[in-house]
Amino acid sequence: MSYPVLMETFGAPGAEPAAPGVALRGLTKTFASPTGPVRAVRGIDVTIAPGETVALLGPNGAGKSTTIDMILGLAEPDSGAARVFGTSPTGAVDAGRVSAMLQTGGLVEYLSVRELVEMMASLYPDPLAVDDAIALTGIGDIAGQPTRKLSGGQTQRVRAALALVADPDLLILDEPTVAMDVEGRHAFWETMRAFAARGKTILFATHYLEEADAYADRAVLMAHGRIVADGPTNEIKAMVGSRTIKATLAGASTTTLTGLPGVTAVEQRGAAWVLSCQDSDAAIRALLQAHPEAKDIEIAAAGLEAAFLELTGGEDDDTEELAA
Amino acid sequence: MSIATYTKFELLRTFRNRRFFIFSLVFPLVLYYLIAGPNRNETDLSGTGISAPTYFMVGLAGFGTMMASISSGARIAAERQIGWSRQLRITPLSRRTYLGTKVLTAYLMALVSLLLLYVAGLTLGVSIDAGRWVAMTALILVGLIPFAAAGIALGHLVSTDAIGPAVGGVVSLLAFLGGTWFPITSGVLKDIAQALPSYWINQASHVAIGGRAWGAEGWAIMAAWSIATIALAGWAYRRDTKRQ
Repeated sequence: MSYPVLMETFGAPGAEPAAPGVALRGLTKTFASPTGPVRAVRGIDVTIAPGETVALLGPNGAGKSTTIDMILGLAEPDSGAARVFGTSPTGAVDAGRVSAMLQTGGLVEYLSVRELVEMMASLYPDPLAVDDAIALTGIGDIAGQPTRKLSGGQTQRVRAALALVADPDLLILDEPTVAMDVEGRHAFWETMRAFAARGKTILFATHYLEEADAYADRAVLMAHGRIVADGPTNEIKAMVGSRTIKATLAGASTTTLTGLPGVTAVEQRGAAWVLSCQDSDAAIRALLQAHPEAKDIEIAAAGLEAAFLELTGGEDDDTEELAA
Repeated sequence: MSIATYTKFELLRTFRNRRFFIFSLVFPLVLYYLIAGPNRNETDLSGTGISAPTYFMVGLAGFGTMMASISSGARIAAERQIGWSRQLRITPLSRRTYLGTKVLTAYLMALVSLLLLYVAGLTLGVSIDAGRWVAMTALILVGLIPFAAAGIALGHLVSTDAIGPAVGGVVSLLAFLGGTWFPITSGVLKDIAQALPSYWINQASHVAIGGRAWGAEGWAIMAAWSIATIALAGWAYRRDTKRQ
């Protein structure tokens, strides 16, 4: 609800409340598929403030790319609305305020890398200098090469340059680091961090919890087309960042193991025991004290898929929903 | 924002594509030399009073330009497949500039194809009155509007696997029904032919060998085809936003 009178009275002269960078309200999208309708997005509400860096986190098929398509105006929502800086998605695109690295996308051929960046820059009202975009993304060494002769990682960097040269207020990245090696990933995110530092809004989709944790202020978790959690990344990490400890133990019992600090669940698999932990550091210390004979010890991140199953109760409610 | 820069690179990458260049431009030339070369001294082809090199040059001018302009669809289909069309759509590039540049590219391809064929004709001794030559070229260029627009529409509707046969099929069928390969002079076939843009392209190319320019009917039919195919191209582009 808004209070126009109060705003007029108390607002700074001429200052309007800044429109959110992205505002999604009751967004839904269903696709037809050979196996029946797929409810890709099932009513989501998200608000991203200008200047925020937000990770859209979720396993494959969670609805991340469909959500991004609707923010960019590439798909029309069945119901609900997406607004970008207070205007329609296509309005924001036409004004040159948004750019994106989509999940899939090749580069057109018969141009050099520099020519392609120049071509993209020419479409925007207020682009970065081509040289700056090339330097930012570290593609100076391949700027003269034809676009068809690039490796997967190089192609991703060029695609990043094409998105950055727009100098957008909102930058959207859909699983941008998939084809990159570890070093490339690091360099990529450093570039984006520098870009965000200029007051830019960034929304990136990923299924790596580590990327969300390291580079986003906030994470929005999606599963089965819904938002299952939304909050600061450290909270989200605590929520889904559970680990498992697996070890071969002599004379252990479910009761004693469940009593160890940090352990949330226990399961026996032959001679091995699997402990699900909220705090694996505390759990392993206590475990080794109680069971110095423990061997074949493995500690592993439970992974997003497992975490999401836990958060969503492991049920895909497709059938029930479509029947309703 | 600079439309000129975007257009420059669009043209550059089209003309740098050697494979495409050869198929669109060299193929009609080779065909021309194969057909007209052996008959280069035939001055009165089948009693028409027209030399063989002239007759075939004029015939291929129509067919070659139809093919060159509609085949822009193949490039569009390839751009869609790699996701480039979606990438362009999230830029401020307007639909008008996008489509305008595609049409311009198609036209330049057709024009280059035409000029090469004329040069080939000259090497085989073709001699046509300059005024008629210009009139023929101008009319052909007008007549290509629906073909350039149809190429864009097909490019946004058809997948890369099907675009070759689709483009080839449409042009071959239109050329056949429009009387490109044999004259259609009477009956239902003529009524059908006169409703097709290929027929009027043929009429345009025959201006060089004594044919009459389009009358009111020709202009009206071509205008209708142009409006319809441009609307179709715009619609096809608008709806084509899905991930491939």
